[in-house]
Amino acid sequence: MSERAGRNGGGAVLELHDLSVRIPVSGGRWVEAVGGVTLTVGSAEIVGLVGESGCGKSTLGGAIMGLLPGGSRVAGEVLLRGQDLRGLAEEDYRRIRGDDIALVSQDPSASLDPTFPVGAQVAEAIRNHRDVSRRAARERAVELLRVVGIPDPGARYADPPHRFSGGMKQRVVIAAALANDPAVLIADEPTTALDVTIQAQILHLLRDLTVRSGTGVLLITHDLGVVAQVCDRVAVMYAGQVVEQGTVREVFAHPSHPYTRALLESQPAAHHRSGDLPVIPGRVPDLSEPPAGCRFAARCPRAHDRCAAPPPEIRTAGGGRVSCWLHHDTAREAR
Amino acid sequence: MTTTMTVTSGVRRARSAVGALPRSARAGAAILVVLAAVAVLAPLIAPHDPNAIDSARILAAPDLGHPFGSDALGRDVFSRTVFAFRTSLSIVFAAVAVASLVALPLGTLAGYFGGWVDQIISRPLDMLLVLPALLLAISLIAIVGPGSLVAALAIALIYLPILARVQRASALVVSQSGFVEGGRARGWSPLAVIRRHVVPNALGPLLVQAAILAGFAVQIEAALSFLGLGTQPPTPSLGLMLSDGRDVLTQAPWVEIFPGLAIAVVVLAFNLLGDGLRRHLDPQGVVS
Amino acid sequence: MNHRLRFVLRRLVLTIPVLLVMSVFIFLIIRLVPGDPVRTMLGFRATPAAVTQVRAQLHLDDPLWAQYRDWIAGVLHGDFGEDFVSKAPLGELLAQRIPVTLELTLLSMILAVVAGVPLGVRAAVGGRWARRLTEGFVVFGVSVPDFWLGIMLVLLFAGTLTWLPPSGYIPFTDDPAGNLQYILLPVLTLAAAETAYIIRTTRGSMLGVLGRPFIVYLRAKGTRERSIVYGHALRNAAAPIATVVGIQFGVLLGGAIVVETLFALPGVGRLIVTAINQRNYPVVQAGLFVVATLFIVVSLITDLVVGFIDPRVSDRGQS
Repeated sequence: MSERAGRNGGGAVLELHDLSVRIPVSGGRWVEAVGGVTLTVGSAEIVGLVGESGCGKSTLGGAIMGLLPGGSRVAGEVLLRGQDLRGLAEEDYRRIRGDDIALVSQDPSASLDPTFPVGAQVAEAIRNHRDVSRRAARERAVELLRVVGIPDPGARYADPPHRFSGGMKQRVVIAAALANDPAVLIADEPTTALDVTIQAQILHLLRDLTVRSGTGVLLITHDLGVVAQVCDRVAVMYAGQVVEQGTVREVFAHPSHPYTRALLESQPAAHHRSGDLPVIPGRVPDLSEPPAGCRFAARCPRAHDRCAAPPPEIRTAGGGRVSCWLHHDTAREAR
Repeated sequence: MTTTMTVTSGVRRARSAVGALPRSARAGAAILVVLAAVAVLAPLIAPHDPNAIDSARILAAPDLGHPFGSDALGRDVFSRTVFAFRTSLSIVFAAVAVASLVALPLGTLAGYFGGWVDQIISRPLDMLLVLPALLLAISLIAIVGPGSLVAALAIALIYLPILARVQRASALVVSQSGFVEGGRARGWSPLAVIRRHVVPNALGPLLVQAAILAGFAVQIEAALSFLGLGTQPPTPSLGLMLSDGRDVLTQAPWVEIFPGLAIAVVVLAFNLLGDGLRRHLDPQGVVS
Repeated sequence: MNHRLRFVLRRLVLTIPVLLVMSVFIFLIIRLVPGDPVRTMLGFRATPAAVTQVRAQLHLDDPLWAQYRDWIAGVLHGDFGEDFVSKAPLGELLAQRIPVTLELTLLSMILAVVAGVPLGVRAAVGGRWARRLTEGFVVFGVSVPDFWLGIMLVLLFAGTLTWLPPSGYIPFTDDPAGNLQYILLPVLTLAAAETAYIIRTTRGSMLGVLGRPFIVYLRAKGTRERSIVYGHALRNAAAPIATVVGIQFGVLLGGAIVVETLFALPGVGRLIVTAINQRNYPVVQAGLFVVATLFIVVSLITDLVVGFIDPRVSDRGQS
């Protein structure tokens, strides 16, 4: 487990306040993929956002990047160093993407343009935001490739992506993402598509580089092992909502929410091999008509009559937060 | 017996698909039905003898009795267009039918067996693609001499490798599916599996490709006749009419306009139908 | 560079068997004529002596492989034999005719690409109207027979408006402006259907690329939409477009035969048609050989271009 638990960098770079996302589906219906998420990421801090696939974690990433499918509706606040990004004109948002907020996504093979030299794809990230010459951008890109561990970066600058392994491609993606020292990095399942042996290397590379530049990271993953390796804090997401958040040490040692507990129990070991999905009996509720009360109630072993009403958010003993009726009597309300 | 079964099965699938076709494809099918009726019933529909020369009506403009006007010999352009249609559609039908009937067994065997069977069938067919299509047709005509039958054969020769390729790809997909494995597991002979499973299920893309190619065959036939390499006078043919009309273009544009529009309408109808069928009968996207 | 050099060499070597098959095919045409080709050429009243003389002149009594060897050896030196009717050397005749066909087909292809690619991109990224308009044009361009369109253009521009000459040709070297006047209608005629195909291919290819994940990732890097569409998506879509351009060049060469006849352009296509009608087999053979060679060369160039656009293609088959 991370020894960096509890270290919190200087001030919040990303704040989400009551963020909700509704996405149109066929038949004029809407799915509430994200329902009222409040979360902060500090400078040089890595926050894990963990949950089963389909719980809305990637939609949350898309909402922060301003890259949701057409017709999606976002409510609440997305604050980047205090500035609300919602409602920004497209060109203003473009200036922020890749400069102040960057993205590393799941499949490096799908992230890179297959017809462009890898080096040019890093240099492009620089020239999208900095008025520098091609030559200067190229030199900086070569340097970035060296930093992320591409051997002989000067010679490999002109190679197309398919001549690199998956891990090397993800290093290129990271180089492009960190090219402008972003304040926030959204890392959406950055190691899921990679071999296990490569996963740890990439995670440590991400951690080293972001700590050095003071970048705050929102690490989206379904893998608690990944969270344990590199994150400072963790937020557990279920059916579009954050049900529990706190330091990694606290949440892993004393999970407060029944869902967190089930998630931890379903992971065979911290160093388990593949990305198997946790097995919890029952099904995720239909988010086109989300239940009024606790969304986990239908699958919860400790569900109660009270769970038909929205659960209160409660401060845990270790300083985290949990949204569950179980702790209503033993603790004071969070706000 | 089995062959008729498989053919009816393909036809039934095509027919059941027609109900679900997009509007444009149904419009294409409707136009084709009308045009086929015109071709079959040409003697009943044409108001005049297509070859009757009338010196009083040389280059006469369209009127009620002669809706498309008259040509340089005073012949009725409407009647000639109707009969030319009959010629063109017969040639095109013969060409596409011959090419499809040859492509069906060749493509099926190549796709089902693969390996050396595929090599023996596909390599020679690929050689036909070394020449551009119209050049291949002209080469054949250079050997045999011009004529309607040769034009039909030339079009069939152009289409054979294309249709065989489609059928090969389609048979390949089908022969890897579960029920074909099942037939093999039950100990059926390869021929029985091909007849009962592969052909009926792999027929869709061939029909789609044939429909699309039929439209362009009308264009190719007209081009060959236009060059004097296809249908020979005095048989009315769309290409020949266009060739004749060129000399009187400014005085009597109707001699030129209507046969050309007729070709455009057929090609359009076949294209609409083919594109609509594609979505239903070619889910794997085998058709080029 | 090493990857690319190897790719070019490999592709060049692969062209040799194609040229071989094509040349055998065209060589055999004259030998496949039913009955005696010389009798067909000379007519029924030819004396046996004349027939024997022509057979000897065309070396038709030699073994087939020797005939092929002699023919191909001549062709490689630019000696295509002589015109059976005019007795003129075919090499010189072809040297006059080839530039006309090349001018017509290349200008048509350039026009089709220059017009078709941007329109196809607009159809892919534009709104409902851009899509409908281009779809309408595509249906029109594909359905209308090219020679009929040509005749209608003549009717409009040469007949009614009298802006352009209806037919004929002046070499570019004699009078550049006059040359362009004569070639304009033929080029428009030949390019119309081509443009429609290129629009259709470009649109389909662009839509496919724009739906791929790396486009989202480019947006996440803050890449400008213009650069995403024209820099990245179009480059990815270019390989299939170039492939279609290569295939369609064959169609264009076929169309050139018709269009040259229609506009009385002295190109190779018209040469072939006239020669077939005169049973002038040596000319037919030489003309077909030239057009087929053009087709193969253009296919080769297209493949090389595709390999240079998309490094995955040029790397295929290499470790």
